[in-house]
Amino acid sequence: MQLAQLTIDVARSAVQERKTTALALAEAHYACIQKEDGQIGAYLTLCKERVLEQADRIDRMAAEGKPLPPMGGVPVGIKDVMSTRGVRTTAGSKILGSYIPPYDSTAVARIEAAGAVVLGKTNCDEFAMGSSNENSAFRPVRNPRDLSRVPGGSSGGSAAAVAADMAVVALGSDTGGSIRQPASFCGVVGLMPTYGRVSRYGLIAFASSLDHIGPLAKTVKDAAIVLRTIAGRDPMDSTSADVPVPDYVTELDKPVRGLRLGVAKEYFGEGLDAEVRHAVESAIDKLKSLGCEIVPVSLPHTPYAIPAYYLIATAEASSNLARYDGVRYSYRAAGVKTLSEMYRRSRDEGFGAEVKRRIMLGTYALSAGYYDAYYLKAQKVRTLLTGDFEEAFRKVDAIVTPTSPTAAFRLGEKSNDPLAMYLADIYTVTADLAGIPGISIPCGQTKEKLPIGLQILGKHFDEATILRVANAYEQTA
Amino acid sequence: MKVTEKDVAYVADLANLELTGEERTGMVRDLNSILDYIERLNELDTSNVEPMAQVSDRSGVDESRQGSERFAYASREDVIEGLRKSLSQEVALANAPDADGTFFRVPKVIER
Repeated sequence: MQLAQLTIDVARSAVQERKTTALALAEAHYACIQKEDGQIGAYLTLCKERVLEQADRIDRMAAEGKPLPPMGGVPVGIKDVMSTRGVRTTAGSKILGSYIPPYDSTAVARIEAAGAVVLGKTNCDEFAMGSSNENSAFRPVRNPRDLSRVPGGSSGGSAAAVAADMAVVALGSDTGGSIRQPASFCGVVGLMPTYGRVSRYGLIAFASSLDHIGPLAKTVKDAAIVLRTIAGRDPMDSTSADVPVPDYVTELDKPVRGLRLGVAKEYFGEGLDAEVRHAVESAIDKLKSLGCEIVPVSLPHTPYAIPAYYLIATAEASSNLARYDGVRYSYRAAGVKTLSEMYRRSRDEGFGAEVKRRIMLGTYALSAGYYDAYYLKAQKVRTLLTGDFEEAFRKVDAIVTPTSPTAAFRLGEKSNDPLAMYLADIYTVTADLAGIPGISIPCGQTKEKLPIGLQILGKHFDEATILRVANAYEQTA
Repeated sequence: MKVTEKDVAYVADLANLELTGEERTGMVRDLNSILDYIERLNELDTSNVEPMAQVSDRSGVDESRQGSERFAYASREDVIEGLRKSLSQEVALANAPDADGTFFRVPKVIER
């Protein structure tokens, strides 16, 4: 069986019809990881025991002729920010280098209940803070399409694993673009659902009002299957929404003719690479030829999204990361004599440079005398940005933009300039701030054969429409 | 220059970080560069804009209800073992860098 052609349905059917087994599929993926991952670095931890247990369960079902659940036997990767019971979960940080969670995150529990076989935990920027995966405390991830380039971040390991056939699908998390931007850089599909659509229970928190879990996949349909599996109210996360989950898969086939798609000039301005612009404009033409109506919209506060984001996200992070104190779990520095020395030295030695930078910025923005000027100001700008979308969505059903201003950049290219790195998220942070869903799908490549991503943004809880548009575009490609 | 070495020392103290001399110098440079960029938020008049801490009250809620009533679905009975069992002492201590089987062990708290 060719791994590259494996989608969820193909893999599940093959196991169901006994053409292969869940165990053989997992082993084929492990063989690929063995061969390729030394140079890519997509995985931090493999969980072979867990694979054996789950594959056995699925293979018994198939042998008994029982219908397999929707993801039965499908090998998946899980970003290492989602807790997995008994399997090391590091968040890409030295401070959690030996942490073994006593429980599963809801997203992982649900994907496993649907029959998926968890191969291992994928590499990521430390605490999901980064746009290149160079902030992993363990090793950077390289882009499978071009090993001199970054895979994007922070879900770079998940994107690279799917792109290099080291998983059929993977789960990632998106706080400022961390699913969509790496999907774009690696040439795969990445979906960030609406805030509250997928439970965050068991997700290691970065910025609680902005964190989203979602799938990275080879096809739009696979992303729809995964979302259907993990979405829905979870009493363990009080912010998970009490909104019915449609069958995203059957919704895919509804016609796109007559849908109104917004195009905002703010996403096509200075800084947008000419080749990316050309590919995205061609994709928009194609959507028009499918019968979609293209409507100009205005999102005037877009230029203020990055500054607002880096205040809100860092403020929330500085609070969330205060829990790493070296007492109950997490790294503790050796030879400390007092409690305060233990806190400081453990955090100093356990956190990497970017995480410390963000803790400092967030603490500063929340500190006495600066709260109103920075944090409160950013929250007000968040209202304006969200209002832009609410206004635009009165006129259109979805908005199409580039996912990232450039294709994948080289390792080291931006790693010494934090601000330049932050600007890589310029087209993605807006959706996180507004809590709306967004998907990135491949829409061609540059002359250097680097993938380019098309982003489709939707209304709150209307993932069905953006998946439908993405699917229609994918069918033409 | 908005942020000085002194500010960095103060904020590091609040954040329970120590930072080496080199890290502090880098932090002064980076924070100033980022805050310079963030300055552009002041181009916007937000005097009549409400702050937004999260999105949950703007979508996916029963609009006919007000305030916390909108989130009534998220409340539950306050019982000892509600949604999941509490972790056993053994499990809760398993990840501790230092524990004696009953308690987390930490260095001396009172510094004199």
